[in-house]
Amino acid sequence: MAVSLTEAAAKHVRRSLDKRGKGEGIRVGIRTTGCSGMAYVLEYVDEVSAEDEVFESHGLKVIVDANSLDFIDGTELDFVREGVNEGFKFNNPNVRGECGCGESFSV
Amino acid sequence: MKKNTMALVQIVEPNTPVDKSQPRLAVGIDLGTTNSLVASVRNDVPVPLADTQGRFALASAVRYLKDNTVSVGRDAKQCASCDPYNCILSVKRLIGRGLEDVQQLGEQLPYRFQDGDSQMPLIETVQGCKSPVEVSAEILKVLRQRAEQVLGGDLFGAVITVPAYFDDAQRQATKDAARLAGINVLRLLNEPTAAAVAYGLDKQAEGVIVVYDLGGGTFDVSILRLTRGVFEVLATGGDSALGGDDFDHAIANWIVQQAGVSSDLEPGEQRRLMRLACDVKEALSSAESTLVQYKAWQAELSRADFEQLITPLVARSLKACRRALRDSDVELEEIAAVVMVGGSTRVPYVREQVAHMFAREPLADIDPDKVVALGAALQADVLAGNQADSDNLLLLDVIPLSLGLETMGDLVEKIVPRNTTIPVTRTQDFTTARDGQTAIALHIVQGERELASASRSLARFELRGIPPMVAGAAKVRVSFQVDADGLLSVTATETRSGVEARVEIKPSYGLSEDAISRMLEESIENAEQDRKARGLREQQVNAQRLLETVRAALQSDGNLLNEQERALIDEQLEKLEQAQQGDEIGAIARQIQQLNAATHEFASRRMDATVKRAFAGRQLEEV
Ligand SMILES: Nc1ncnc2c1ncn2[C@@H]1O[C@H](COP(=O)(O)OP(=O)(O)O)[C@@H](O)[C@H]1O
Ligand SMILES: [Mg+2]
Repeated sequence: MAVSLTEAAAKHVRRSLDKRGKGEGIRVGIRTTGCSGMAYVLEYVDEVSAEDEVFESHGLKVIVDANSLDFIDGTELDFVREGVNEGFKFNNPNVRGECGCGESFSV
Repeated sequence: MKKNTMALVQIVEPNTPVDKSQPRLAVGIDLGTTNSLVASVRNDVPVPLADTQGRFALASAVRYLKDNTVSVGRDAKQCASCDPYNCILSVKRLIGRGLEDVQQLGEQLPYRFQDGDSQMPLIETVQGCKSPVEVSAEILKVLRQRAEQVLGGDLFGAVITVPAYFDDAQRQATKDAARLAGINVLRLLNEPTAAAVAYGLDKQAEGVIVVYDLGGGTFDVSILRLTRGVFEVLATGGDSALGGDDFDHAIANWIVQQAGVSSDLEPGEQRRLMRLACDVKEALSSAESTLVQYKAWQAELSRADFEQLITPLVARSLKACRRALRDSDVELEEIAAVVMVGGSTRVPYVREQVAHMFAREPLADIDPDKVVALGAALQADVLAGNQADSDNLLLLDVIPLSLGLETMGDLVEKIVPRNTTIPVTRTQDFTTARDGQTAIALHIVQGERELASASRSLARFELRGIPPMVAGAAKVRVSFQVDADGLLSVTATETRSGVEARVEIKPSYGLSEDAISRMLEESIENAEQDRKARGLREQQVNAQRLLETVRAALQSDGNLLNEQERALIDEQLEKLEQAQQGDEIGAIARQIQQLNAATHEFASRRMDATVKRAFAGRQLEEV
């Protein structure tokens, strides 16, 4: 059970945290939205709560709440540049379908 | 699985409300020296956003009033004559600069600067001291409010444009100003790139695009290459002290001369005159001739006469264009489009001259005052994730000045040449200069000059723990990495032992635009002198090395020489030492040869002795 970062993702997270100046790590989770049901959330974490799972990846804390973990377990976060867009990409083995808007997915 | 269409995700602050059914409100902001604009994509089209009176351009002028209110825009600009110390104009010239840089500009600026203990220059106003970041933030706040009012919601973020020349400190300061104004900066975008994007050149055929941007106080030229939807900045150039203001000055001088008034005006009067000159200039963009009235004097100024006044100024811009073209290695024939940007390209003479130089009609059908903001708005829309399938649009930047290392004797070894596109990694091998050397001092410099002392020093660090080896045996691999944000990190590794040292460079105040242009100027003016100086330094270093080697050899193996032989070498040593302190390259080279010749026999005897010792050593070890 784990959610991990690629080296590129770790590098970007570290830099983002440095720039922000505080934060325990990042939270990876899901929320319900979009046309296929679920979308990813990526947030800074200032406080880890009791129901969170904490994974270590490249020395960084990746924090996932218990509810989300079922849907994203095994996910590897990559940081990529697609054209002018830079951002995190979720390589989630649980995904069965993605919606047309690219925003949400189903498992 | 399906083709990868998942939207890319960004890290956000905890508890950020996300409502994806609504597009995120994103704007492009052209934070100009003279005028600022905000634009946004609405119904797939970028449009500038107007204030309640229907005006698009917001004069980049901020006035601090006694009653603790702040006025921004035209009113502030108009009060500049009556209240010069509290009306801040052209704050973009000050942002991200050190006090020293600003004080050099100070003579032309009617402000009272406070030299506090901070690195930032502070401007004294009735509301206390204000930093350029705070002043810029006031402009941004007004644009943000305007956008939120027009778009009807909270702003998700903005793309803010900066001149291609802006260094790290200036970019950082611009971001800080945005933060003060409560704006989330999606990205800083180079102004020329924004203009090219506004023309949709990114969706067109491949080719070279020249962006000619003549604003109020600055001229920028950028050579971009578009390949398979990828924008690459081949070269940037310009003149940080050339713009429409200079046209105004030319007219003002003409008025002063013609009207026979004293040119020594107090700040308020000076500004009134400049205003008049500016009105005259803008009138001449549409009229063939205009009446100029100053105090009791009046006269007619024709467009042709005006053109004569500005001929040298326009010529300077063209010179900068030629230099940028040269830097980019682009031939005139390769240019697919020339884009006109900046209010001053409204002057018909400017367009004619640009058309003439590039032998083609420049693109000017998008309002040159707005084109940058419009392009920024398009980018903001993409970055906010509002475009379902954005075409690939990768914007690459270049480093404005070469990065290098100081090598022995104040010489610079350029590792990443100017105009290299970033991100980039460049590696070069160095070695130790002396026997048994266990540390190497690395001095990272930026600039075009051949000598480190004439370049800007970025950082120094040391690679320690190199195992003792003979001179030249250690292999120190130095790698320069410049990331997409333009930040440099340098690592040095001794490859045999694996010892490593690393430094990240975060310039605290960076190079000013002027410093950049000045350094470029100097490098060209001083090229010949530098080459000579370099030659001399090289010889001096060679001489020094030889002197040290011979002295060390004499100390360890002096017994291999008889008195006479020793005296001869000593004499040559003395002579070389003297020549080395002088500045005659030829003399040093000659003495190096002499000393080499004088020590030839000694060297071979030492070699024999060393070989014997080595064998002796081995035998002992093997026993
Ligand atoms: N119609 C015009 N004719 C000539 N110059 C103009 C005209 N309109 C604006 N300008 C000049 O353009 C300059 C401002 O250009 P702008 O692109 O807004 O500047 P910046 O990018 O420096 O903020 C000013 O010098 C202004 O006088
Ligand atoms: Mg401009």
